[in-house]
Amino acid sequence: MVDKVLGNKKAIVFFLFPALVVFIGLIIIPIIMSTYYSLQEWSGFGEGTFIGLQNYKGLLSDPIFVKAAVNSLILAIASVFIQLPISLLLALTLAKGVKFEKSLVTIYFVPVIISTVVIGQLWMKIYNPEYGILNILLKAIGLESFASEWLGDPKRALAATFIPIIWQYIGYHMLLMYAGIKSISTDIFEAAVIDGSSWWNTSMKITIPMLKPVLNVSVIFAVTGALKVFDLVYVLTGGGPAHASEVIGTYMVSTIFKGNQYGYGSAMAVFVILECFALSILVGLLFREKEEAK
Amino acid sequence: MSDRVQNRRSGFSISKVLMYAALFIVAVIQLFPLYWMFSFSLKDNSEIFGGNPIGLPGKWLWSNYSNALLQGNVGRYFVNSVIVTAATIILTTIIAVMASYALTRMVFKLRKPLNSFFILGLTVPLHSALLPIFVMLRNLKMVNSYWALIAPYTAFAIPMALLIFSGFMGSIPREMEEAACIDGCSIYKIFFTIILPLMKPAIATVTIFTFLQAWNELMYAVVFISDAKYKTLTVGIQSLAGQYTTEWGPIGAGLMVATIPTLIIYSIMSKKVQDSLVVGAVKG
Repeated sequence: MVDKVLGNKKAIVFFLFPALVVFIGLIIIPIIMSTYYSLQEWSGFGEGTFIGLQNYKGLLSDPIFVKAAVNSLILAIASVFIQLPISLLLALTLAKGVKFEKSLVTIYFVPVIISTVVIGQLWMKIYNPEYGILNILLKAIGLESFASEWLGDPKRALAATFIPIIWQYIGYHMLLMYAGIKSISTDIFEAAVIDGSSWWNTSMKITIPMLKPVLNVSVIFAVTGALKVFDLVYVLTGGGPAHASEVIGTYMVSTIFKGNQYGYGSAMAVFVILECFALSILVGLLFREKEEAK
Repeated sequence: MSDRVQNRRSGFSISKVLMYAALFIVAVIQLFPLYWMFSFSLKDNSEIFGGNPIGLPGKWLWSNYSNALLQGNVGRYFVNSVIVTAATIILTTIIAVMASYALTRMVFKLRKPLNSFFILGLTVPLHSALLPIFVMLRNLKMVNSYWALIAPYTAFAIPMALLIFSGFMGSIPREMEEAACIDGCSIYKIFFTIILPLMKPAIATVTIFTFLQAWNELMYAVVFISDAKYKTLTVGIQSLAGQYTTEWGPIGAGLMVATIPTLIIYSIMSKKVQDSLVVGAVKG
């Protein structure tokens, strides 16, 4: 009887129909369209001409695109090797039980929930060469020679753009790892303490290995997040000066909507999908291999 | 022996002091920019650029807020953001909770493949649909409308909402449906009167998740909306910053207005907000 009610075809269609329409219409078809556009030379008006893989070839010989792709990779590497270790250290410290543990978790997480536009505008003010707190601070501690026009200096713009991105999500990864550590049975830690293992030793030998699934997620998020980054770069520098801080997201948007190269921009969109996909698989494999090697 | 214990103890406390100092410094680094934003949102240029760049304002200039809200249009942007975000949350919740019911509880052949089909959506970056959706909207003459944002935001929020709902629904005992069936309930009645009320905690999670996404999204908002009538806070703040390049007070006020709702939600339900984002990561 239940099966009959739960197998009601009309009801199944009723429940699934809206989701399927929205999902297919606004995600699946657009991806197919992007792929289709990417094979064309098209200015966005009238008909495009089919040019096969020309756009993709063009990407590889476009110095700005290569720069944007390299910048995204630099961000990915910086996230994995700077942001995640900081997050991990914070998570390990907080999870072992310190005073104000809960409040600190909450405080560290605050930047995550704030709009990137707000964060971007705020950091623009922080970096302001004359009135920004960064230069004021540097002057106050006698490092005036370091004060700079951060976002306007092609040599520093990339780092200056990436710092807020890394800063914003430290709390997010910290929380993931913290939750992961908290879900490990306390018996294990108690046993380690009885055996006289120090906190550092326990962390390295027990906590981190047991945290692998969470670390895997964090690394994938950090890497794919870096490839997809748009908001903060758009707000802070728009990819400038002279493409110094260009990332694929900003370059794609300006190619399409300022350069009217719809086909070429779509090739970038498809590139990002494939890149995210490939790197997620790669990270997954790396984690699995390490696990098996043990 | 006692020396060693002594040493260990004092070494321990030094490391403890260092640890707390480090934790405290990180907390300051995370919060100070926000405090600074708040402080300059209430100052005039002479204070910001002159004697008092960091301290609390000498004179609390609430007029910055009225400037931003009225002349800077932030009030309008705020209302638009509320409309877009609320509609996205409501649509996402309804559509996803219905679909997840069919996908977790009902019996049909395509159930598994459809599940994987939706999960595919989690890995798709927003970039990939930007241009096709723009072209669609242009053809439908829907660029510069609320729907230009609500529809894609809903689409991209559905996969995650589905996963959260499905995970939650899986834990509802089957006996509930069986009992209802014996009492002669229709499938719709089972869904609306039994399942839906039980989903409240999951709906809260999805609401928070979707709120943060829709409230903060920039790429689509920038491309699809140029008419001030429909600008949301994220785009609006960008134009505000262009309008008041040299006056930080009203910009700061605008930034605060964009931030306050999230801060309020966070301060009331920080645990739930954190949990939602963890659930998102674990599922994703």
